Amino acid sequence: MFIMFIVVSTTFVISSVVMILASILSKKLITDREKNSPFECGFDPKGSARLPFSLRFFLIAVIFLIFDVEITLLLPLASIIHLTNMFSWALTGVLFLLILLFGLYYEWHQGALEWSY
Amino acid sequence: MALVMFVSYLILIICVLVGVAFVTLLERKILGYIQIRKGPNKVGFIGLLQPFADAVKLFTKEQTVPVKSNFLPYYASPVFSLFTALIVWLVIPYEIGMMNLNMGVLFFLCCLGLGVYSTMSAGWASNCKYSLLGSLRAVAQTISYEVSLALILLSFIFLVGGFSLELFNLYQESVWFLWVTLPLALIWFASCLAETNRTPFDFAEGESELVSGFNTEYSSGGFALIFMAEYASILFMSALFALLFLGGGPSSPLFYAKLVGVSFAFIWVRGTLPRLRYDKLMGLAWKSFLPVSLNYLIFFMGMKMLCYCSMI
Repeated sequence: MFIMFIVVSTTFVISSVVMILASILSKKLITDREKNSPFECGFDPKGSARLPFSLRFFLIAVIFLIFDVEITLLLPLASIIHLTNMFSWALTGVLFLLILLFGLYYEWHQGALEWSY
Repeated sequence: MALVMFVSYLILIICVLVGVAFVTLLERKILGYIQIRKGPNKVGFIGLLQPFADAVKLFTKEQTVPVKSNFLPYYASPVFSLFTALIVWLVIPYEIGMMNLNMGVLFFLCCLGLGVYSTMSAGWASNCKYSLLGSLRAVAQTISYEVSLALILLSFIFLVGGFSLELFNLYQESVWFLWVTLPLALIWFASCLAETNRTPFDFAEGESELVSGFNTEYSSGGFALIFMAEYASILFMSALFALLFLGGGPSSPLFYAKLVGVSFAFIWVRGTLPRLRYDKLMGLAWKSFLPVSLNYLIFFMGMKMLCYCSMI
């Protein structure tokens, strides 16, 4: 655990040092209004950049959340095979996967996976 | 013991960073020869020093900070992306010296999930419309393909019965998993392409519609770090492909040849295929890869049961 902590913090330090090195080495700035405005094809930026985004992205994220939780539930199934009764392992696993699969098909049928209507 | 691990990890990281530099050279060379030109061949000996010249150029360029950006996330997200791309290399199962995590696959999945955050914060913090759109696309794409990636990985975990990547060396001694499960390997490869935002799926930086996607506002160091993280993850995905499907761990020299071969395939795809349409990309992930990998998962459960029952 301790070595893991050391390794993770070292990696973080390495990447921060690279970034800070770049900041130090880089050509010194002469800032002006045009250079520091967000890029928008040569125009002055019109309106806020934090636009409301399409709801599709949000729905995809919700579906992803469901599937990710189910993957999390599936993960222990692989290593538990040595510890449990074979029949119950198979029954739970297959039932769970079938529910997942038919859930996906149902979502598909209802059009939740269509990107645009 | 801890010191040995630490030093070997440090050496691995440095070698990865040097490897990243040369992958960029490899990419430019291969793209050059695909387009019937030579690519970089002047700097150093036949262009071998080109990546270092690029690094010097990138690091000495002017580093701009857009006025309306949120400085801290803007500055920190390239650091974080390089961090996640480097820390994931812990799972490579070296036989001596390294950690050899026995939950390596889980660690890999966690790092994969973390990779989304840096893209998202980079795009949002730049406070530029192109960056925001690019990051939204990148996040939706990455999380969609993550599901099928995890499910494919899960079927192999069922097959080998454990989360350690060492088991994959063990189980592939006589036959590669590539030949056992060719369709799944191809799906894995396509998902890897999408996961690392490579060309047929590079909507995060579709330069024809979004100027450069989520890294539009980045220059010099920030851009260099994002670039390095991207290529480090490509290299890692190639290594993982070689581990999972092409047999043999990193203790055999042939492993590295396979790794370079898969990286070559990544670049070859970039030189050959045109970009998809965004709805087709999402359709591919949710309507094709996900059902196929779920069905395969049930199949592999049955196969595992068969093997296990015949064993006892």
